[in-house]
Formats: sequence, C-alpha cells, structure tokens
Amino acid sequence: MSDTAQAPLVQVRGLKMHFPIHAGLFRRHVGDIKAVDDISLDIFESETLGLVGESGCGKSTAGRAIISLYTITDGSVEIDGVDLAQLDSNSLRAMRPKMQMIFQDPQASLNPRMSVASIIAEPLVEHMSLSSSERLARVYELMDAVGLNRAFAERFPHEFSGGQRQRIGIARALALNPKFIVCDEPIAALDVSIQAQVVNLLEDLQKQFGLTYLFISHDLSMVRHIADRVAVMYLGKIVELAPRDTLYSQPLHPYTQALLSAVPEPDPVSEKDRRHIILKGDVPSPANTPTGCNFCTRCPIAEDICRQIDPEFREITPGQFVACHFVGETTKSTGENTTGTIAQH
Amino acid sequence: MSDGAATVLDVKDLRTVFQTGQGEIHAVNSVSFDLKPGELLGVVGESGSGKSVTMMSLIGLLPSPPADIQGGHVNFDGLDLLNIDEDDLRAIRGARIGFIFQDPMTSLNPVFTIGFQLMEPLRMHMGLSKAAARKRAAELLDLVGIADPHKRLSDYPHQFSGGMRQRVMIAIALACDPKVLIADEPTTALDVTIQAQIIDLMKDLRRKLDMAIVWITHDLGVIAGIADRVIVMYGGQIVEHAPVEELFANPQHPYTRALLQTVPSIRGGRSDRLRVIDGQPPILLEAPSQCSFQARCSHAFDRCRRHDPARLTISPGHDVACFWDPATGEPRDE
Repeated sequence: MSDTAQAPLVQVRGLKMHFPIHAGLFRRHVGDIKAVDDISLDIFESETLGLVGESGCGKSTAGRAIISLYTITDGSVEIDGVDLAQLDSNSLRAMRPKMQMIFQDPQASLNPRMSVASIIAEPLVEHMSLSSSERLARVYELMDAVGLNRAFAERFPHEFSGGQRQRIGIARALALNPKFIVCDEPIAALDVSIQAQVVNLLEDLQKQFGLTYLFISHDLSMVRHIADRVAVMYLGKIVELAPRDTLYSQPLHPYTQALLSAVPEPDPVSEKDRRHIILKGDVPSPANTPTGCNFCTRCPIAEDICRQIDPEFREITPGQFVACHFVGETTKSTGENTTGTIAQH
Repeated sequence: MSDGAATVLDVKDLRTVFQTGQGEIHAVNSVSFDLKPGELLGVVGESGSGKSVTMMSLIGLLPSPPADIQGGHVNFDGLDLLNIDEDDLRAIRGARIGFIFQDPMTSLNPVFTIGFQLMEPLRMHMGLSKAAARKRAAELLDLVGIADPHKRLSDYPHQFSGGMRQRVMIAIALACDPKVLIADEPTTALDVTIQAQIIDLMKDLRRKLDMAIVWITHDLGVIAGIADRVIVMYGGQIVEHAPVEELFANPQHPYTRALLQTVPSIRGGRSDRLRVIDGQPPILLEAPSQCSFQARCSHAFDRCRRHDPARLTISPGHDVACFWDPATGEPRDE
C-alpha cells in the first residue's frame, strides 16, 4: 500500500464484518448489517493510525475485528506476519499478548468486584506463569508506568476518578508487553482537562515501549494531535486515508471536508466568518446501504455516476488514498472558501 | 428589542446544597449572573462544575430533598422564582422558560407520539384546542426542519434519529414562545455533522424568534461560534465572565487560560505535547473558604489558600475571581 521499506506490523486486506439479520417465524436470514465493508489498511511499527468517523460508521467494529474479537466475515488481517484468520483457537490465544485493547468506558470495562492489583494481574495469570511475588512486582511496575500510586493497589475501581480508571485500563493493556494496542475512544468519557493527561500518557508509553496504536475516536482535533496517519470511515468503508498533515490541510473526499468543517473551533474571530459545510440528513442504516457510493445520499457534489458505481479506493497523491469519483485531475471542490452555500437548513 | 439596561433573568447569590449520606455537597456557591433579551449566554465548565445544577435550581427542577436551595434571588419578569408557589412556577416552566436537555434519547417519552408530546405544552399553557394545537405542532416541526411534519406527528420517538429527536426537543421547548431558553448541552450527545446542523438551526431560530438563550456546554469550540457572553464555572462558582471575543483573546483566570491551552485545534500550529491541568476537580464538601482552583493552579500563592477570591471587574463586562494578575504575573493588590 505504501512504498515504505519497513514492513507493516498490521496488514488488513478486504476486511468485512457483516452481522446477519434473522427475521420471521423460521428466523430466516433476511439481510446483513454491513458494519465493516471491505476495508484495507496498513499500520506500521511504532506509528499511530487514527480512525475517525461518526457513531455507527463501524470504526469500533473495525478495531475489534482487526484483533479478532469477532470472527470476520471475509478478508485477512496479518499481525506481525501471522494471518489471524488461519489460526485455530489455541494459536490465536498465543497471539493475544501481542495485541491488546483499551476500551472507551473505564467504568464498564473494569470489574467492580476486583481490586486494581487483580485487574492488572489478570492477563499475567492467564498468559504467563509467574510466581505471586513476581506478579505483584510486575503490577507495581505497571502502576508506576501509568502514574498510579502503588498504595492504591488493593482499592476497587469505584474509588477512582474517570481518568484514573482509564489509567488502570491502560496498565492492564500493557501487562503482557503488547506490540499493538487498539484504543477504542479511550478519552471520550473523560473531561477536557483529564483527556489531555491520558493522551500525554499514551504518547509517553508509546515512546517508552515502542507501541503501535490504532486510535479510534470521533474527536478530530485530538486525532490530529496524536495520530501520524488518519483514516476516515463512513458507513463501513474507509473513504480517505492520508498522512495527518495532508488530511487536515488538504482533505479530498467531500465527507472528510464536511466533517472537518463541522468541527467548531475555539476562536470566536475565525468562527464568525468560517463557512460550515452542513450535510443534510442522517447516516443511512448499514443494513440497507445505498447503491453506488455510500455517501451519495448526503454528498453535496453527488451525480448520477455516484448512485450507480461504488468508487474505487485509490492513491491520489503519495500516501493519500481516496474513494471518490471526482477526486483526481478534475477535482470538484466543496472547499470552505470556494463554492458558497451547499446546503442550508 | 434589546435595550442594554433591561434584563429578562437576574440571578443573585444562588446557593444550592445537596444533603447526602456522606454529608453536604455545596454544588452552587453564590452564583450571580443576568441575561438580557435576545442574547446568548454561554456557560462553560467541566462535569461537576455546577453548571447544570445552577440552571435546574433556578427553575425549581431539582427534587428537594436532597437538593436544598439555601439562598439567593432569581428575578424573572418581576417575579422571584425561588419564592413563588409551585403552581405559578409550573405556569412559567415550559411556557415562558423553555428547557432543552442533553440527551435526546431519554428525554422524550417512548410511549407517546411526538405529536402528543408537542401538543401537551400547547394545550396546558396556551389553552389551545386539540385541532389548533395539532396545527401549531406541525408548524413547530416544520420550523425545526423536519420534513413532512403532519405525518411525523403520529410517529413515536424511536422512529426518529438522534439529531431529529433533538430537533423535536427544541420544538417542544419553543412551543409556547418562551422568553428564555435554557439549553443544557444540547449537542453533546450528537455527532459533529449533526451538531453543526443543530447549531445552524439554533442560530437561525434565534434571529427569527428573538429569545434569550442560556447554552450550557463543555465545548469551547461550540461557545466560540454562538455565544455573545460567556461565564466559566469551576467548583460551583463563576470564575470568569466576559464577552466572547474578550474571553478568548484575553482570558484572565488561570483555569480559563489552561482550558484554552489544553484543547487541540484542527487548524493552525500543532504542539508536540498537550498542556495539562494536573489533578482533579474539587469535591465540595463545605462552602468555599479558599480558591477552589488553588490546588491545581500553577500561580497559587498564600492568599489563595486563605481567602476565596471575589469577582473583580477588570474591564467593562469582564470580571474574574482570582487574586493573580496575568498582565503583570504578580498577585493583584489586596
């Protein structure tokens, strides 16, 4: 996909994750929810790939499917050269320490009846044979790494604030020295001032342990801060994937442009004369996706071809992949400064 | 309509305390602000800063116990809302003061149609007949940009998407032509493209209807785009209050300044590391006797631990509750 000499740590090809819909008296298979529909991407070692999109676009499902938390419908995922789909359950289990996950809601993803020490030690119990004193030493080491006071090891999750609970979740994800971590909206449930603390911690840990992140978020400004490359998802497909600076300065797909223009900026002066591209309507249901381009129902520049043919996901400039018929030599622009009123309510 | 001096809502020294098993929680401490006709007042703060509780206390939406409004005056149209009986308050709530809640998923009743829920305030407060209320309800849905309004009146909330439900909530709040609309994080639960739709709609409605709006949010970006004036809350107090341009150009309180720096932007420079505010927001077990931000403040000095700073006007319309002066980097004169 990219001509970097370095081989990607994670290689996703044609990944599909469909959930069947059964209905009627005989629970017949009547259709599929195409949560993730044919995505391909690479994640290189020690980089952070941001995956952004609105709720329901399939970004969390994609993250979970990539680390085989679901049995994927089609496609392949290679992590560190191993094709996960080919593995039987025992060999997959042996791969688990390499790939870990940090969840969105630190309240719901920690067992309220387990102490912090036993939560962090659980992966060690499952995957390694350590003596209890070795295990405790490792737990303390992890608590230090994420900035939790060792004295709190025997406390329970409810005694911690949201940001601290997220640190517990991070320590648990780090316990087995993973290479690849899927961060599924790790800061969405936190307050603004706490979000920055957690993001800085994730960046420090990345440097310290050479981690590779898939950072799933709907917060475009935070992704701009943390990610090296960014993929934008819409209705189960990646519509644009580009290096961070390219994506934010020259978004090519009309959806990326609309998404970026919808983010309010904390600056009243520029906000006054900024043109927002306001998309009409809502995201269609993934059970009943439009023919042609998935975005054609809301796209401000859609034409007949978009309603018939699904655009190919192709490389436009080095490293920048876009799935749109109109991107290329004859780019139709929806840019904030060029065309005027696109849609109004 | 707006003539500088008049205010539609004037809140003075509001104090709300919750009685809990662990003792008292002082959620709102001496909050004072006013609202002029037709203006949009933004209220910013983190969760637990008391922004929602302030607004809910002033229109009597908090159950008592555990909530106990221990003091203050809320002047609305010549009435003190804290000292009128429940029936009078009910006549004002939903009619002359509208309220939009954060979560459009849970604030509509799932077992009644949208039409019924829209017609309820119209029949209750405005005394409209069923037919007239239905006609007005359809107009309101049309106003908030819902297509095919007559047909949609007989739909149930689950048949609407999140953004459309929030539009319905706005239509209900607008039903009786309120003078004041209180919007509590109206776009927080929505996606950015839907949020942009709702903000656009609110800007449009504001022009058409000329009502005063209190917009509660934790998102400084949203505030920058819509507010005329902003109050920043921390630890149940107003720590800074200024016109929107002034607040972003010349923030005074260390909390406001830190907050503006922690938020990354989608344009402009990108710092290698995010600025953080260390520590946690305070738990307000007693009435403040020191600055509530001092434990997290990098400029805190002796006086901050001894006294709770009062709001000090530093330029017309701009006041701040802080002993430290960012212009000189020194404590202000005592």
